[in-house]
Order: sequence, then C-alpha cells, then structure tokens
Amino acid sequence: MELQLYIKAFIVGGLICAGCQLVLDFTKLTPGHVLSGLTVIGGILGGLGIYDSLIEFAGAGASIPISSFGNALVKGAIMEAERHGAIGVLTGMFELTSTGITAAIVFGFLVSVIFKPKG
Amino acid sequence: MGKKVGKQTFSFDKPPVIINTATVAGPFEGQGPLKNYYDHIYNDNRAEQESFEKAEREMMSNACITVLNKAKITPREIDIFIAGDLLNQIITSGFTALGLEVPFFGVYAACSTSALSLIIASIILESGCAEIALTATSSHNLSAERQFRYPTEYGVHRKPYSQWTVTGAGAALVSTKGKGPKITCATIGKVEDLGCKDPMNMGAAMAPAAVSTMLQHFADTGRAPEYYDLIVTGDLGKVGYELALELASSQGGFDLSKNYYDCGLVIYDPEKQDVHAGASGCAASALVVYGYLFKKLLDGKYNKILLAATGALHSPTSNQQGDNIPTIAHAVSLEMV
Amino acid sequence: MAKKKKKELNLRQKKYQELVKKTEPKPSILKNVILAFVFGGTICIIGQFFTDFYAKVMNITPELARNPATVTMIFIGALLTGIGVFDNIAKYAGAGLAVPVTGFANSIVSSALEFKHEGLVHGVGSKMFMLAGSVITFGVVTAFFIGLYYALFIL
Repeated sequence: MELQLYIKAFIVGGLICAGCQLVLDFTKLTPGHVLSGLTVIGGILGGLGIYDSLIEFAGAGASIPISSFGNALVKGAIMEAERHGAIGVLTGMFELTSTGITAAIVFGFLVSVIFKPKG
Repeated sequence: MGKKVGKQTFSFDKPPVIINTATVAGPFEGQGPLKNYYDHIYNDNRAEQESFEKAEREMMSNACITVLNKAKITPREIDIFIAGDLLNQIITSGFTALGLEVPFFGVYAACSTSALSLIIASIILESGCAEIALTATSSHNLSAERQFRYPTEYGVHRKPYSQWTVTGAGAALVSTKGKGPKITCATIGKVEDLGCKDPMNMGAAMAPAAVSTMLQHFADTGRAPEYYDLIVTGDLGKVGYELALELASSQGGFDLSKNYYDCGLVIYDPEKQDVHAGASGCAASALVVYGYLFKKLLDGKYNKILLAATGALHSPTSNQQGDNIPTIAHAVSLEMV
Repeated sequence: MAKKKKKELNLRQKKYQELVKKTEPKPSILKNVILAFVFGGTICIIGQFFTDFYAKVMNITPELARNPATVTMIFIGALLTGIGVFDNIAKYAGAGLAVPVTGFANSIVSSALEFKHEGLVHGVGSKMFMLAGSVITFGVVTAFFIGLYYALFIL
C-alpha cells in the first residue's frame, strides 16, 4: 500500500533526524561529529545486512538520511568483493555512491559559479 | 607624566580627550534600538564590495574618514593610527591604514580592541610623542563567521547561548587638547582562563576576564562601582552578563546590578531580532561606546563611564587542539572633567 | 615518550564551570526534536515521492529509482543553499535538514560557495569538502574494513 510506505518513510526518517537532534542538544558534539557517526553506524548496519531491510521497510525514510551513504559504501565494497575478491573492496567502494557524490560536486561547483554567499 | 597606580592601572596626568567619534553599522544593526546614533547604516552586508572581508575594510575606512570629516582634520594631521580587528593578521586594519597613508600601529586584542586602542593612544599622547591619534576597530558578522565557525550558508542550529557578531566599525580621535570625555585612567587586563572550551559560548569564557579587570581597577584606584554613572562591558551577552554579576558579588563583594550593563545587550532588540544571547565582536563595544555613549557623555546624561572591553584570544586552531579559551579585558575610565 | 598532556582543571576553574553550567540556557530540546522529526520526516516523504515518480516515469524498479531521487534531493539542497534559504530553514529544522542527503549537499555547496572569492582552484576546488570530507572519510574507512573482513573471512 503506497500511503503506508509514505507514513513509514515519514516516521523512520523523522526518528533518525530526531535522534541526531537529541545528541546535538544533549552534548557539545558538532554536526560534523554527529553526521560522521551516523555514517559509520549506517555502514555497520549495512555490513550486518540490517540496513537493507530497513530501506525495504521504510523506503526513502531510510535511503535519504546520510546513514544510507555509509550503507551504500559497504554494499558496493561487498558486492565487488564477491566478484573479484579482496581487491573488489577498493574498486567497488564508490560503485553505489558515485551518483550522490558526483551530483553534489557538480551542483556545488555550478552553484558556486552562479551564486554569491548571502549570509 | 602619567604614573602607575596599584598593580595594573595607569593614571594620566594630562588626560587625553576623545574629541570626536564615528560609527558605521550593517543593515541588521541598523534595525536595532541604537540606530539613530550611527553615522552611517549600510543597506547590504557587502557594502557594495566583492567579498565580506572587503566590505569590512570599507566599513572601517568609512568610519575613519567620517570621524576625520566631522572633526575637520586631514589624515596628514594624524600622528598615529591604532587599529585592530578580528580577521587573521588584522587585514582590515592593515588595508585601512594603507588607504589613510598614516603611521600605523596594528593591535590584536580581539573584541577588546576598542578599549586597548584608546589605552595605547593615551599612553603615546601622554608621553609627548604625538598630539593626535586615530583609533579604529571593526567586525563583520559574515567574515567572522566563516573564519571562526562555518561557511555562512551552512545550515546549523545556533545554541541559545550563542551570540551574534556585530557588523560595523567605529573610529575615535584622541587628542592632547580639545573638548570631550577624558581618558583619566586605564587598567590593563591579564589573560584569564577559567576552563571554558565552547566557542559558541563566548560570554561565559570572557566574564571572568571582565570581572578580574574591573575588580583590579577598583582596587588600584580606590574607587567603588558607585563612583561611575555607568559601567559597561564589551560583549558578554546575556549569559556572560549574568555570570559577571555573580562573579563580581562572589569575588569582590560588589553589587553591580544598579549601574552596569553590557554592550552586547543593547545593540539588538531581543524581542524582534533573533540573536539568542546578544551581540559580540569588536564592533559591539565600538558601536555602543563610540556611537551611543560618546553622545550621552557630551549631552551630560552621564559624567563618568568605565568601559571594560572584553576579548577572547583563541583561534579555531587552538580550539580544535583542545586548548581552553583564554580571555582578556581592558578598562578605560571616561570622564567629563 | 611524549606525555599525554590532558590538562586537569584546577579548583577555581571547576567551580566556575559548575556556575556556567547552571547559568547557560538549555536548548528547548522538546521543540527542537519535534521540529527535527517533522522536517526530517517530510523530506523523506518528498524523497519517497520522487522515488515513486522516477520508478513510474522511467519504468524502473524502486531500487534503481532511488538514485535519481537522491540526485533530485541533492539538487534541491544545492539550490536552496545557492539562493541563501537553506540556512534560514535549518535554523528551525536543525538535524531534520542536516541528516538527510540535503544536508550533505548543503555542506558541500556552502563550502564551495563561501570560498569562491579565494578562486576556483584554492577556493571552490579545495575547500568544497571542508565539512563533508569527514563524512566521506569515516564512511569509506568503515566500509573498507567491513568489506575486507567480508572478503577475507566470509566469502
């Protein structure tokens, strides 16, 4: 059911963000610490095979938060490792994440050429 | 000649006079309660310049030129120009001095520059080496933000105790003769460290320095807080102000609540302008003292003011390497005598 | 041997830090968390909408459609940063805007944009990953060791 997926995406995505906000408010950690930590957690959950089930369950609720970046890195590395052995870890690392990184770099470059920081 | 009084205070024999001042402010400051006291308010943060650093430079230059015009003095007549700002290698001051073509002393005292530059000017004038000195300081919200914190367009939550760096600049002309408030004595601060690490909470880091300098000033001069019509600190903000009140009473037994406020509390309207704990930056004390209080001294609303300008002497590097935030405060006593 | 120099606070500093802790206003955590939840959840709904949209229009599986959906979200984050709106929304949304991939885009785009006056090479080019770099570094290092473990012990 489509509506159900949207509700699940809202709740799971919202919970991940709310959790991070709690960490930010209760500690003196910076967003940099929290986002790096979340990426590592995503990677570990990916290695354990849990993160994919979460994406299956909540769709974009799990695939849009940055934790899915960690998961995708791990998945890419493992996929290629299955095909080519240990060297696959290096060749496959960015296999699934290259879309996001490339898009961010290109958009970042274009925006910086077109716009000015407004403050 | 001036002489040393007590441990950290210089008392001036022929007190130098602040004969004129000028302030310029950014658009956000121009909406604040003191907007009628600034000489110029910019319509945009860039001041029609290419970058925020260049905008800050334009602001400091403008403040200097405005004060010279107001006093009908040419740059040639300036014996010494003393300035400082927040940017690395105090580039704002350096480039402003380049434009003015005057002998230049660059000073770094973070946000306490407004007071320190007045102190150095007074010492030079008292020594007889110079007759007229120009002091200036500036800060810019966005150039400071990108140097000390994050890119200006980066989306972060600001903590409720964080302060807003003031965009603006102030300049003052100090002379051996003339009419205006006199710098009768000055207390040079010691660097303090009470273990604060959070660069978002500057007020808490600077409050001990402010109190230490104020208490030393009272001890050295034998004056009580009541001697002054008004005591102002530079940019402690709401959190630092409360801490300073508390420290002054616990360490010195003084109740400052009657005649003391902080410049960081009056630049913005806390109801309408969302700046959390108040204002900070070199321009905070410059705008309030050079802009508002200077006019109030001339008006006769106040006769004696003690300015204890506060500054944090950390850098992003020292902070990331785990050092505490060292802070300092310098005090000058401004009196209509 | 280099001594590990962890400076202990002296008594005066400790006492003052306690006072600071008492005086420091606390963030309104409940409000922040609710805002982060609502904004974060909404962004994920938008992401889900684009996933379904691309799956339908391009006639691909939802799994494949996540790629163009992510790119769209990055584009939105980049554009909002460029027109100077992102930081104003983030003031309220907090982690709700920073944790989704829009925040990743913002960290890259805001750094690139901020340093454009330092030139395309030393400014935009090298400063672009000033903030996002740590996310990529820690993600890759984690993935490397997990992948290596997998390749050596499980396959």
